[in-house]
Amino acid sequence: MASTSAMFDNKLVKWVDERLPIFSTMQHAGMEYPTPRNLSYWWNFGSLAGFMLVVMIVTGIVLAMHYTPHADHAFASVERIMRDVNYGWLIRYIHMNGGSMFFIVVYIHMFRGLYYGSYKAPRELLWWLGLVILVLMMATAFMGYVLPWGQMSFWGATVITNLFSAVPFFGEHIVTWLWGGFSVDNPTLNRFFSLHYLLPFVIAAVVFLHIWALHTTKSNNPLGIDIKGPQDTIPFHPYYTVKDMYGVAVFLIFYALFVFFAPNMLGDPVNYVPANPLQTPPHIVPEWYFLPYYAILRAIPNKLLGVIAMFGSILIFFLTPWLDTSRVRSARYRPVYKWLFWVFVICCIALGWAGAKPPEGLALWVARIGTVYYFLHLIVLMPLVGWFERPLPVPKSIATPVLSAQPMEKA
Amino acid sequence: MADSANPAQAGGAHANPHGDGTNRRDFLFMLTGAAGAVGAASVAWPLIDSMNPAADVLALSSTEVNIAPVEVGQAITVVWRGKPVFVRRRTAEEIAAAEKVAVKDLPDPQPDSARVKKPEWLIVVGVCTHLGCVPLGQKLGDPRGDYGGWFCPCHGSHYDTSGRIRKGPAPANLEVPGYVFVTDTSVKIG
Repeated sequence: MASTSAMFDNKLVKWVDERLPIFSTMQHAGMEYPTPRNLSYWWNFGSLAGFMLVVMIVTGIVLAMHYTPHADHAFASVERIMRDVNYGWLIRYIHMNGGSMFFIVVYIHMFRGLYYGSYKAPRELLWWLGLVILVLMMATAFMGYVLPWGQMSFWGATVITNLFSAVPFFGEHIVTWLWGGFSVDNPTLNRFFSLHYLLPFVIAAVVFLHIWALHTTKSNNPLGIDIKGPQDTIPFHPYYTVKDMYGVAVFLIFYALFVFFAPNMLGDPVNYVPANPLQTPPHIVPEWYFLPYYAILRAIPNKLLGVIAMFGSILIFFLTPWLDTSRVRSARYRPVYKWLFWVFVICCIALGWAGAKPPEGLALWVARIGTVYYFLHLIVLMPLVGWFERPLPVPKSIATPVLSAQPMEKA
Repeated sequence: MADSANPAQAGGAHANPHGDGTNRRDFLFMLTGAAGAVGAASVAWPLIDSMNPAADVLALSSTEVNIAPVEVGQAITVVWRGKPVFVRRRTAEEIAAAEKVAVKDLPDPQPDSARVKKPEWLIVVGVCTHLGCVPLGQKLGDPRGDYGGWFCPCHGSHYDTSGRIRKGPAPANLEVPGYVFVTDTSVKIG
């Protein structure tokens, strides 16, 4: 400890650090952290996700000061935030659109991980922790959407909690327990508010583990090869702190366009109608970030199998480190997988489109074909391509193509 | 504690000579662990059970309905336990349609006679057994599906004039709540 504390000149900092090495830990993790020198902008989305978590927690804490978690008052209290509370409209629109922004950033972060093989050894646990964060985010977003107690809040909560009634034998008991009654009602709203406030802090704890695992295995990079020595890395600060801040600035422009010019574009207008337990809206849809899963749920004409497929579509990603049999990480050197990756991206977007439509005609068939291809890609194509594909030669080190005048293809 | 200064010797007298078996220390370790697990579970249960319906929620478990104003062919919706209940006074054709169906061909086989107390009055919980939406078909202009009962707009389930599932993703018939005819014109649900 004394040796690491030697890097601080300030006597007070030194005194604290010898007793609790908080400054030297921050120095190692936030400044010295040796980062691959070739990270592209696709590597900005991790820090953007961290930024969004902070934005959501800060705006959420303030909103909770004005919100009333009661079935009779919730809707009115949200309208009061919009009309009467100082800057309430701004804080709510930041929070409301922040949910969408958080998912945009995290989905790009995940697709980047899929393209560059960031889930492969030795980063399996890092990938798992990321998936745990995704599942927690989904639960948090779902419960947050219920809080304004509009029609879509109420019926979304009804449909999603009813998914658990598909569980054999205990289904009805589980649903009654989740509701705290015989339908979605005030007890449900109360507990959703409690959990919606809790889960972001659980996410923050898992993010801590995610970063810990990252700093243990070190960042992957666009070449997908290991760090061979100091010539392959640069310190996190100032190089990537500056790059991440630049990314935040660009991202904020995009975010602000929604907050100030199209705050309700990503939401459903039906949620501005107060909840009515006796009338189901003609067309129930979840928020956009759940649409692909909703399409999978509805594509299968059997309740239990639909629910299993929907949850399975997320849980299957826990197995990708083993389903992908290729030893090459980066799709840049995988001529076949590279194209399959983009087909998979299109498949996810097509499922999202189908999830937004009523389940009939073309949309139903897109959902069915999309669901089959989704699982086909992850369970069949990924292992097979890893065996049959002949990868391109991978550079010797990260520094080689960067420092040598040789074009990368000859390396 | 007082009888032994050296803990390794305390269990040593009964220990397996090969050193890979159990001794008193292992037993105490498992006993402590088991007691801890039982303790944790007994503390967890009140917390878990507190999320089940509370006494005041359970207390609202019956509703009495006056059915005198309902004409033949009309339907009313009443609230029971926060959920809609459909009360439909069926026409002779609707009753005949419900009774003549071959029971064994149904997705959830149930004869009409098992679902009504008086054939004229069909009383079912108005919650789709798929994912809990309220099916349409109570009001005059509503779509009633392919079988003249109810149609759930969420995921396209069709129910017949006995509230039985005929087509679509719902796995079961509309639930028949417990009810009694208090008088000829009054029903107590729940």
